[in-house]
Amino acid sequence: MAPERTRDQIIIDVQHVTAGYDSVAVIEDISFEIYRGEVFGILGGSGSGKSTLLKHMIGLYQPVTGRILIHGEDIVTAEGEERTKILRGIGVMYQMGALFGSMTLLENVRLPLEEYTDLPPDAMNLIARMKLKLVGLEPFVDLMPAELSGGMQKRAAIARAMALDPQILFLDEPSAGLDPITSAELDKLILSLAANLRVTFVVVTHELPSIYTIVDRVIMLDERVKKIVATGRPQELRDRSTNPWVRQFFHRDVAMASGG
Amino acid sequence: MTIATDVPSPCSLDARLSSDGAVLTISIWGRLDTYTTGRLCREALEKLLQSKPTHLVIDASGIVYCDGAGIAFLLSLQQRLTSTGGDVTIRGLHEEFRRLLEVYGSVSIEPAAGRHRESFSLIERIGQATLGTWQELRMLVAFVGELAVTFLHAARHPRVIRWRDAWVTAERAGIDALPITALLGFLLGLILAFQSAIPMSRFGAEIFIANVVGVSMLREMGPLMTAIVLAGRSGSAFAAELGTMKVREEIDALTTMGLDPVRFLVLPRLLAVVTMAPFLAVFANLFGLMGGALAMRSLGFPLVTFVNQVLTAVKVGDLVGGLCKTFVYGIVVAGIGCLRGLQTGSDGSAVGQSTTSAMVSGIVLIGIVEAIFSIVFYALGL
Repeated sequence: MAPERTRDQIIIDVQHVTAGYDSVAVIEDISFEIYRGEVFGILGGSGSGKSTLLKHMIGLYQPVTGRILIHGEDIVTAEGEERTKILRGIGVMYQMGALFGSMTLLENVRLPLEEYTDLPPDAMNLIARMKLKLVGLEPFVDLMPAELSGGMQKRAAIARAMALDPQILFLDEPSAGLDPITSAELDKLILSLAANLRVTFVVVTHELPSIYTIVDRVIMLDERVKKIVATGRPQELRDRSTNPWVRQFFHRDVAMASGG
Repeated sequence: MTIATDVPSPCSLDARLSSDGAVLTISIWGRLDTYTTGRLCREALEKLLQSKPTHLVIDASGIVYCDGAGIAFLLSLQQRLTSTGGDVTIRGLHEEFRRLLEVYGSVSIEPAAGRHRESFSLIERIGQATLGTWQELRMLVAFVGELAVTFLHAARHPRVIRWRDAWVTAERAGIDALPITALLGFLLGLILAFQSAIPMSRFGAEIFIANVVGVSMLREMGPLMTAIVLAGRSGSAFAAELGTMKVREEIDALTTMGLDPVRFLVLPRLLAVVTMAPFLAVFANLFGLMGGALAMRSLGFPLVTFVNQVLTAVKVGDLVGGLCKTFVYGIVVAGIGCLRGLQTGSDGSAVGQSTTSAMVSGIVLIGIVEAIFSIVFYALGL
């Protein structure tokens, strides 16, 4: 059984959000909460609006309607210093890593510290090395991103996202394009960070092994209804959901959706 | 690290030195996070430098919040003392933060960030530069050879050329470049005329301004300016186009499909530029002469005088020689643009480097070709 949670444990509160591109709604009137310290999954098929929702949650796009509260502050309406404060409290790992190709790993991780803190250079180097050590990349601090494998780039991207010790980390398809072993290593890293640093993770994915391994609670989006069709623990949804689409997703069975 | 706390207090530090000067006690209160640690870090290091203790006691019982930066601060104090043979005791650190200290563990501070750069002597650097130039030259020769083979093959089998691509590129490199070429040609003619007007007037020889403009434009300035416009517009565009394709592995895809990138990508661009370059040069010449005519008109000479003077001064060989140069410039600009594109590395900044390199190399090669033509024309008495 999931532990009882109270309102004051909510770290992200998405309220009645409708969002999309060019007047075409991808998601309509969806609401959910994410609690402090949990690994939260946003699931759905291709085109269901997972990444769209994530981009709205991190303030890249403005929803058509609704509010997205992070630490109680609405990222949709926040401007100036208030918005910067919210953004400093979150870290994002993009699907392709998005490391700066002209900088070494150490310089990539140092960059947010240089921009936002007045730490002495030695301290910044130490923090950057600590973060890279945490993701197992300390021996490679002086390498350029192009010299790393895909999995290493993603781990480095996590280290950069953690540079300012955010309370929330958003991961967009962390396992995409990785082999099963590297993907499992990344899952282990996420679990370790969640347990040791008490970071709240919001993970967009459709990789079933990762979902079962790392995610505490999920919402499932369905592009046909543009809404959340299921919420709960992934194992429970797999075993007990009566929604044909949810069952199809977890059991990877094409026939189920049509009730076959 | 995210221990929830409502205490908004900034961090502060108090340092006390023992009576024998060996023990420094630093007491810290408040939030020790990414934004507050910087000032504290400087203060603490200053105290350490001043007092040079052998034992440091950090009283951490007053810390209400600590994140990675705070832990880095504690670790840096610890490492600084241990490196000089001292030792550190951390007292009263909250259990949550102590666990964080263990998670991060000990990470050594290395003095220099960034890639290690070896230093070389002047001789070594000259050697490296020579070697680099030699390799570059070899690559260029190999590319020219490959291009020549592909061209000869295409001449025997014209159907293998992607004429549609060549046509589109010709439109972009030629017709779209017409306004800028015409404008620059006109201005160049005007400038040449006015610049030569001052010395000519001293000898009462203003009439010969037309000779200067005519011969200069047709033999040198028209073709040269066309080549520079081509290098700036088309050469760099080819490098960016092919470079982006290289980064996106499209060129690898072509190769694995058995399609030769030189035939598929380089040849249409080369044909387009080589065909359009002489036309652009003719326009540059024409507008240059118009600029010269306008300048002469403003100096009081009628248009017919200018035309007659130009016709007597300029020979067909001047025009043909200029157009021959433009033809070669076209090969150089398109070839180097495509070569730089194909040489692009795999990271994001590589495309920018290729584009710049295409432009710079193009202009340098234009200069070299111009010098060769001058010597050859002189030797032939043209």
